[in-house]
Amino acid sequence: MNRFARTAKSAVLGAVLAATATTAWAADPIRIGEINSYTGLPAFTIPYRNGWELAVEEVNAKGGLLGGRKLEVVSRDDSGKPEDAVRIASELVNSEKVVALAGTFFSHIGLAVSDFAARNKTLFIAAEPLTDAVTWEKGNRYTFRLRPSTYMQAAMLVEEAAKLPAKRWVTVAPNYEYGQSAVASFKALLKAKRPDVEFVSEQWPAQGKIDAGSTVQALNAANPDAIFNVTFGPDLSKFVREGTTRGLFDNRAVVSLLTGEPEYLDPLKGEAPEGWIVTGYPQEQVDTPEHKAFRDAYMKRFNDYPRLGSIVGYSTFQALAAAIEKAGSTDTEKLVDAMKGLNITSPLGPVTFRAIDHQATMGAYVGKVALKGGKGVMVDWRYADGAKYLPADDEVAKRRPKE
Amino acid sequence: MGFYVTQFMSGLAQAATLFLVASGLSIIFGVTRIVNFAHGSFYMLGAYMAYTVSDVVGGFAGFWGGIVAAALAAGVIGVVMEMVLLRRLYRSPELFQLLATFGVVLVIQDLALTIWGPEDLLGPRAPGLEGRVRILGQAFPQYDVFLIVLGPVVLALLLLLFKWTRWGTLVRAATQDREMTGALGVNERRLFTSVLFVGCALAGLGGALQVPREAVNLQMDVSMVVEAFVVVVVGGMGSLMGAFLAALLIGQLQAFGILIFPQITLVLVFLVMAVVLVVRPYGLLGKPPAAARGAAHAPEAPLRPAGLPAKLFGVAVLAVLLLLPVVAGQYALVVLTETLVLVLFAASLHFMMGPGGMVSFGHAAYFGLGAYAAGLLTKHMDGGMLAGLVTAPVLGGLGALLFGWFCVRLSGVYLAMLTLAFAQIVWSVAFQWTAVTGGDNGILGVWPAPWASAKWVYYYLTLAVVTGAVLMLRRAIFAPFGYAMRAGRDSPLRSEAIGMDVRRLQWLAFTAAGAMAGLAGGLYAYAKGSVFPTFLSVPASVDALVMVLMGGVQTIAGPLVGAAVFHGLETEVVRYTDFWRLILGGIIILLVLAFPKGIAGAADAWFGSGRSAEGRA
Repeated sequence: MNRFARTAKSAVLGAVLAATATTAWAADPIRIGEINSYTGLPAFTIPYRNGWELAVEEVNAKGGLLGGRKLEVVSRDDSGKPEDAVRIASELVNSEKVVALAGTFFSHIGLAVSDFAARNKTLFIAAEPLTDAVTWEKGNRYTFRLRPSTYMQAAMLVEEAAKLPAKRWVTVAPNYEYGQSAVASFKALLKAKRPDVEFVSEQWPAQGKIDAGSTVQALNAANPDAIFNVTFGPDLSKFVREGTTRGLFDNRAVVSLLTGEPEYLDPLKGEAPEGWIVTGYPQEQVDTPEHKAFRDAYMKRFNDYPRLGSIVGYSTFQALAAAIEKAGSTDTEKLVDAMKGLNITSPLGPVTFRAIDHQATMGAYVGKVALKGGKGVMVDWRYADGAKYLPADDEVAKRRPKE
Repeated sequence: MGFYVTQFMSGLAQAATLFLVASGLSIIFGVTRIVNFAHGSFYMLGAYMAYTVSDVVGGFAGFWGGIVAAALAAGVIGVVMEMVLLRRLYRSPELFQLLATFGVVLVIQDLALTIWGPEDLLGPRAPGLEGRVRILGQAFPQYDVFLIVLGPVVLALLLLLFKWTRWGTLVRAATQDREMTGALGVNERRLFTSVLFVGCALAGLGGALQVPREAVNLQMDVSMVVEAFVVVVVGGMGSLMGAFLAALLIGQLQAFGILIFPQITLVLVFLVMAVVLVVRPYGLLGKPPAAARGAAHAPEAPLRPAGLPAKLFGVAVLAVLLLLPVVAGQYALVVLTETLVLVLFAASLHFMMGPGGMVSFGHAAYFGLGAYAAGLLTKHMDGGMLAGLVTAPVLGGLGALLFGWFCVRLSGVYLAMLTLAFAQIVWSVAFQWTAVTGGDNGILGVWPAPWASAKWVYYYLTLAVVTGAVLMLRRAIFAPFGYAMRAGRDSPLRSEAIGMDVRRLQWLAFTAAGAMAGLAGGLYAYAKGSVFPTFLSVPASVDALVMVLMGGVQTIAGPLVGAAVFHGLETEVVRYTDFWRLILGGIIILLVLAFPKGIAGAADAWFGSGRSAEGRA
């Protein structure tokens, strides 16, 4: 049996024991429900799980929450389907009696759970889903989101892209909402900063099924100065290989979303695309005290280096623990109020969950890819604080439904 | 000019990969009639094994040796699958092997994750072919040139193998007429085993050859298997030349299609398949299958109206379902409601598949249309739940009426694949028409009316609707319409001769099944509160198929039992382990071996509501 199943089992056992021991009332564990695509996207979600396990262990080692109550997590796989995630959410809330929900990777699953949370008045922290809709168009009182949204990450890259002399741009993005909104935000923001640029061609490969040779060739034919890439995972490695062989990247700037994250950069090994401007996470180089402490603890616990997913898992549960302490209770309405404006010190630095739209100000690292010792690393990077890449408050208010 | 030439060549390189995988699938289907759902898994295993060999051995020998070794190993694994599993199922109802191979898919997914880990593995470039060549000034990878040459070479080798060896002659004979080949004293077992070896080795080879082009990853199996099926069907089942042409066609349309309409990537292959099948019902080079002589499968026992014990049992089940909310908690009610909906979904598929004799690989289209009817009504017209539940079967039925008209002109696997094509087209519309359907982010806030929002009320509503609908389907099966439908399935020629319009009957059955699936979809939408394109995706169609097959396609109770067992397993296993795919796949394989006629079929034989099919054969 693996560690995860053991945790789940001991969680159940613990609950049974606690329920039978009437004197143990004060030490009742606080249960959190966690849902993610563990089988659908293990490359991201397994480091993510390690991250939240570490956070929970740290909280409990310090004596738990609310005067000695332990934090317990009941975790489930959504098998990559929103309809399954909704059923699981109902299981966690109704039969596992969790006080809040957290997790999810895919945007549509995050949205499904957020709708469930609003209807059932349960706090939900969307850890990973990037769609702007989670906190804006489909935002609701009970849902908060940790990671910088598609808009924010595009805005970070636009800042760099606008400095380039390039005028003719092409885009390549997976053919679903994430790709579409990334391209739309990038285009709009770059045009606002640089009215002289034009977008001359776009490619929309089906997610996971890129026909890289033809796509590269088609982009090449548009003879661009620069390329904006949103593909990731297996599509990215195909695209990079074909593009390198066919000379697509020769003398052209490439600006690329998420490519600097260890999840996507490390599998490319010695073929990491040098010179690409990316968002990511140079885990081996970030030396702030909070990050060093996190990385050391993580390496010690799991004998592996952290990925971005680990940060996301860790910070999500950091935030939950902080909210419970701040609320002084596990009552949902109090928790929601505590989440509004909550400050935590994540491994990446201070993060605030904004009261106005429930979006956290977690940022991302923006830098360039270089090859060092036969693998890709980020160089010339800086931490882009998420707070600086959000639209003005009145614009946010326009996009978000009133409570 | 140079650009168009290289684009053409990129299409050729893509076609070569497609052809290798599809040719194996085509050979397996041609001879054994097995719809090998696990073919993509062999492709993925081939890639992983080639990666490992080239990683451990390294260099020139490691890479090229790894490709050969991976292909051979994939073949051997195919042989094991045939000897342990498939061999025991040749006398089961048609497509039952599909269920077995579905179990294999699940098991291999978890095994691959355990062995090779979650991260994508980027293998080496092909030693000796790392660079690029210049074609009319355009850079083109050397390795792709190699693939372009390899495709026709493999085709030629296979054609020679079939033409000049005794084994090839037997394979061709079995493809044309399996029963006759068996009657002439050919050892079918050995032939089938060897065919599985060749077919799976080709899949493994196709996967291994991908190592220099993409990082080996855990999604390779599903992303390839459907496309390989499309190529085989477009080319014509069992025709190698056809598969080659189809691969070329799809490769080229993909290469040039994205220049004109980049968004077409989602749906292109299915559009091609739909057009080809509508114009040529047996694919580009396929021939109508030899008339079945009924030797391979014993004729089905006629369905019998339920006797008194069965009726009493049905009433008892209903009574239990009525009493359950007294003891069941909130979550149990959620799961029960879902199970009921899926029972109706499976029953509707069974209606066209069992008595109707039309297998659908795309039944989720109508389920999804029903769900979208409810969702769109809520989103755009503020329609209430009752309006949604009325519209759902209407939209599902209309979709089936439209697509059914094309589908009933085909038969067997061609019909099934055309339903898949239509389902994928509907899916891509839901996925891409963001303004109306919300795209992949779906439609949220589709909740039941206030009076039905309590879990137990919605459960009773679902129970009432599902019971009524299932009884109606059952009634139809025993009505003259149902008898006519079954006659048309068992003997189309005789039915036509006595003046029945078989095609029209099938069209009606198709539409009725679509309407019922739509109703199930509407109920599902309100149970979930949201509607997503996943409702009409391939996995949803496969789930329905698995439920029907698991329960037993030859009994009316089959889909009900199958839906309950499959959904129950799925929800429960996920709760206790991360390796739910391994466990679920293992259970499916065991069930398939223990109940080669489905669970309800086995119960039927045991308790004998009459003579079993076996007894009469």
